[in-house]
Amino acid sequence: MKTKNAKNMYPIWFVLPSVIIFGIFFLWPILSSLYYSLTVWNFETAKFTGLGNYKLFFSEHAMSSSVIHTLIYAFGTSGLKVVLAFFIAVFLTGKIRTKDFIRSAVFFPNLVSMVAVGLTFSFMMHPTRGLLNTVITTLGGKPIDFLGDPKLALLSIILVDVWKGLSISVVIYIAGIQSIDKTYYEAAAIDGATGWQALKNITLPLLAPAQNSIIILSLIGGLRSFELIWTMTGGGPGFATDVLASVIYKQYAAGFYGLSTAGNVVMLVLISIIAFPLQHFLNKREEAIQG
Amino acid sequence: MKKQKRLTLIGDIVGVLVTAVLFLIPFYFMFVQSIKSKKEAARLSISWPTELHFENYPEVFKFNNYQLVRAFRNSAVLTLFTVLGLLFTAAMAAYVIQRRRDKLMTFIQSVIMLGLMIPAAILPTIHMLQSMHIYKSMFSMVMIEIALQTPFAIMLYKGFMASIPNELEEAARIDGCNRWGIFTKIIFPLLKPIQATLIILVGVQTFNDFTNPLYFLPGADNVTVQQTLYNYRSQVQSSYNLLFADIIIITIPMLILFLIFNKRIVAGMVAGAVKG
Repeated sequence: MKTKNAKNMYPIWFVLPSVIIFGIFFLWPILSSLYYSLTVWNFETAKFTGLGNYKLFFSEHAMSSSVIHTLIYAFGTSGLKVVLAFFIAVFLTGKIRTKDFIRSAVFFPNLVSMVAVGLTFSFMMHPTRGLLNTVITTLGGKPIDFLGDPKLALLSIILVDVWKGLSISVVIYIAGIQSIDKTYYEAAAIDGATGWQALKNITLPLLAPAQNSIIILSLIGGLRSFELIWTMTGGGPGFATDVLASVIYKQYAAGFYGLSTAGNVVMLVLISIIAFPLQHFLNKREEAIQG
Repeated sequence: MKKQKRLTLIGDIVGVLVTAVLFLIPFYFMFVQSIKSKKEAARLSISWPTELHFENYPEVFKFNNYQLVRAFRNSAVLTLFTVLGLLFTAAMAAYVIQRRRDKLMTFIQSVIMLGLMIPAAILPTIHMLQSMHIYKSMFSMVMIEIALQTPFAIMLYKGFMASIPNELEEAARIDGCNRWGIFTKIIFPLLKPIQATLIILVGVQTFNDFTNPLYFLPGADNVTVQQTLYNYRSQVQSSYNLLFADIIIITIPMLILFLIFNKRIVAGMVAGAVKG
């Protein structure tokens, strides 16, 4: 009786505004994309072609290579953030007095838009006049065509992405480190553990939850990313930095709506087959580590 | 002990130097570029300008028939209504989802949480907006921003809601308060701390959004601030000074926000990331 009363206190219709907006403007388009990706589509007519769009997508190198680039980009940015942010967070939770300044400086790029960051760095990476190459040539090196060399362009954008997004990982790690019980370290010090041993055997395992959040967040972000790549290279040179999101935009701009939607579905499938099992795996690992 | 102190001092110096080089120089570069003449800015050097051109700033505002003024107005409207709409709808949903915890609510929650991972289907959305005759309207843009950020907002709210005891609601009900009154007068005001976080995070996200307005809100009258940056690149190929002045103008609201709410922004990002 009591539970029934309790339920009556929370009217179901309270969820309706969110459910309706989410259902119409997010969920329904995703469901219908499964159908439209199988058609030749111009918004007025949709002619069913079966798997034609997908076949085209994976047979054209310009498009199929975007899957590889997306994976390189996502795992590259995610991996660098997980590792670099760990050491920065350990550094900033030490006895350093200037940590507030450093943390603020590292954090601010987060609030600057991707477009602004992308444009600024594309000028700093200019092949001849850019700041980076001025430094390199002054030191006696050969200028590097950061964004014009097909072998380097994707890596250059990955580094800018890390520069901009690193701090979220850093603050998540810092929060994790600060929640670790200090007595662990005191006990380890009494037992004669070195700083490195304490880091490896106390800090790292106890940071597993924080680390899992960072991996999942940065990986999904990487698989979806568009703005930085679009403002820095537009997918070029050639197709060297085209990722799924930029292919979706290009096919849309070219009027191939069914093909673009197929790209959208490929992205959805790719994220699903990576993110869901990974999250499952990381949660298992977290339980195993923490017993 | 002395050795420890010296190590810390070295750490301080190295840390500040590396941070300054990696994180402050790009912003310094943006700023000096924005106050140079067109010719000097084209050299892309980081040196201080030979003469200061602060008139770049009013010029950016006048450019392209006051495009930037329109953009600020559009971005402000979009950000304001997205934040307000999300603040209320997500609070209502999270309240009932967290309190009821029955099968239906668990199902609704797991469907909505899919939105944290899977990407939106862009062209089917445009098609749907067209058939509803609301494509290229501020209304539809606000709805899309709300829909995309609903999972995150509900997740944050729900985590916070768990810390509010339901004895409060019981007491209010005995005093004769109805269900709507309990939510609006008792629960909603208690959510203030997490709302402050949400306002900032959703505000920054929406104001800085480039992709969604690119797809769903095209047209010169609908331009948003991030679009003005992009337009510059195609319209005034060589006026880098104006481009950077635009970057600075658009970044200043974020800088002010950061200086005031630094701690809250950081705390919010951690809460949002770890709860997931």
